Amino acid sequence: MTLTSFPFLLFAAVTVLLYYLVPKRGQWIVLLTASGLFYAAAGGWYLPFILVTILTTFFLARIIERRAKADEDYIAAHKADMEKDARKAYKAAGKKKRFRILTAGLILNFGILAVLKYTGFTLSIVNDILGLFTPNALTVPSLILPLGISFYTFRSTAYLIDVYRGKAQASRNLGKYALFISFFPAVMQGPICRYNDLAMQFDTPHKAEWDNLSAGLLRVLWGFFKKLVVADTLMAAVKTIVGTPEDFGGMYVLLLIILYSAVIYGDFTGGIDITIGLSRMLGLKLTENFNRPFSSRSTAEYWNRWHITMGSWFTDYVFYPLSICPSMQKLTKWSRAHLGKAVGMRFPVYLATLVTWFLTGLWHGASWNFIVWGVLNGVIILISRECEPLYKRFRERFPRLTSSAFYGGFMCVRTFFLMGAVRILDCYRDVPVTFKAFASMFYDFSHWGDLIDGSVMDKLGITLPVWILVGLATLLIFFVSRSGKDTPVADRLSLRPVLWTLVALGLAITVMIFGSYGIGFDAGDFIYGQF
Amino acid sequence: MNELISILTELHDDVDFTTETGLIENGILNSLDIVSIITEVSDRFDVTIPAEEIMPENFDSAEALWALICRLDED
Repeated sequence: MTLTSFPFLLFAAVTVLLYYLVPKRGQWIVLLTASGLFYAAAGGWYLPFILVTILTTFFLARIIERRAKADEDYIAAHKADMEKDARKAYKAAGKKKRFRILTAGLILNFGILAVLKYTGFTLSIVNDILGLFTPNALTVPSLILPLGISFYTFRSTAYLIDVYRGKAQASRNLGKYALFISFFPAVMQGPICRYNDLAMQFDTPHKAEWDNLSAGLLRVLWGFFKKLVVADTLMAAVKTIVGTPEDFGGMYVLLLIILYSAVIYGDFTGGIDITIGLSRMLGLKLTENFNRPFSSRSTAEYWNRWHITMGSWFTDYVFYPLSICPSMQKLTKWSRAHLGKAVGMRFPVYLATLVTWFLTGLWHGASWNFIVWGVLNGVIILISRECEPLYKRFRERFPRLTSSAFYGGFMCVRTFFLMGAVRILDCYRDVPVTFKAFASMFYDFSHWGDLIDGSVMDKLGITLPVWILVGLATLLIFFVSRSGKDTPVADRLSLRPVLWTLVALGLAITVMIFGSYGIGFDAGDFIYGQF
Repeated sequence: MNELISILTELHDDVDFTTETGLIENGILNSLDIVSIITEVSDRFDVTIPAEEIMPENFDSAEALWALICRLDED
């Protein structure tokens, strides 16, 4: 049941209705029941895995918090007769014990994710190596991959780490905690909400309010529009180009960069719009996952605007701990002493950056194309950082040019194509094929004539009216995104009920006509749902 | 405090760290700068800043960072 399927719409409508009909203190139970049913409908065998994650992180967090409190109480009681060093040593010993409990929880939960998601990939590498020596290969087992496992594992481990760090209070209510992990609108593709941002909202009673219902519903429709009218329509052209790369080189690869950027934007931001919109209808505020990513002037800025909750997860729980861990500090000291201060300062940070991006790639999928995609992103960010003094000199030398709108636009377009070029690794899913296709843009000019004589439309199987429709839809998305910079358009429209009704009807009709939506029709799966 | 200012100035010599109070909010320090600062602080002040203390309010100004160093040293 994808977020754009008819059964999901019905399911969501019934849930919203029941949510507001039951006594306020039972609202979270309605959501927990709905989340359980939604998850069970995806596959009964998925349930034990998510239950193990819920139970282990819930109870380990309670133990960690109880021990931290006991240590604090002991120090408070013995403050007068404890020296500063003794106090520090006691604290350090307690922290070490809690760290062991945390580590056990992390190993167990990341272990489940690793076994289910990466066993096939690991065995295929082993088989490739064994193939050099023997014709016998290891059997690659077909393992199930529970719905949203990458997302709920990240949510639960972040919670456990936050409790260990003293940033979050351990949950006292197993049911509410289970809801936080399995909350059905967000379980498939995020956003990866933090416990402090979402779980407390389940304690608050929510009244059916026009603002939330109207703005939420409009955002859900907007998500449908992005996904069904733009992403799913253009996906057909993307599949054609990627299906036979030998026939679609040169200009078509450039076109692929643009088209796939529109597809992934419509698909992922559309899905998140549905999630956040539906949650808003329930009176819940989820963390935003996008902030006009295609207006970024640099790669680093892009990653602060695209899939924000994933980026902040990797920054908080991988990059920082890795960069400042004792062994990395030792490495810093060693590299400073042997390689000089300039290299010494960079080396550990750059190493941590590359490891973080390697893991980001691996999180997206168990295949080489995602790993290369991740590492390439890290390399580009590091090169940009090294080039910063050059950019700075350029800005000082040409202040008028670099502060102009033209230069700003150029930077955005440059970032768009740079990120788009790296992203096509996700399309071809084969590293050599991707690099060959990318290179063809610079030597194969034979297809440019297709743009002039219009045969590009026939070859990609999309007619002129559809191109015009998608073009207009993309322009609309661009302007809505721009004008919603301060206050989201859906909130502004909620204040004008007549206009709101017209826009909502217009969107619904457009989706039904152009998105080929209706009973029995199930749209394409969400790309991020696979991760 | 002066030594901390000199660490920060080595990273961004065009910023007045004695008055700037939006180092994170205004995007002056990025994640790579923060790691460099933590490494330098550990080296020069013998104070370890743990990952849980990496939050905007501790790094938004030299004063806030100095307060953090003093607190961790006291703890």
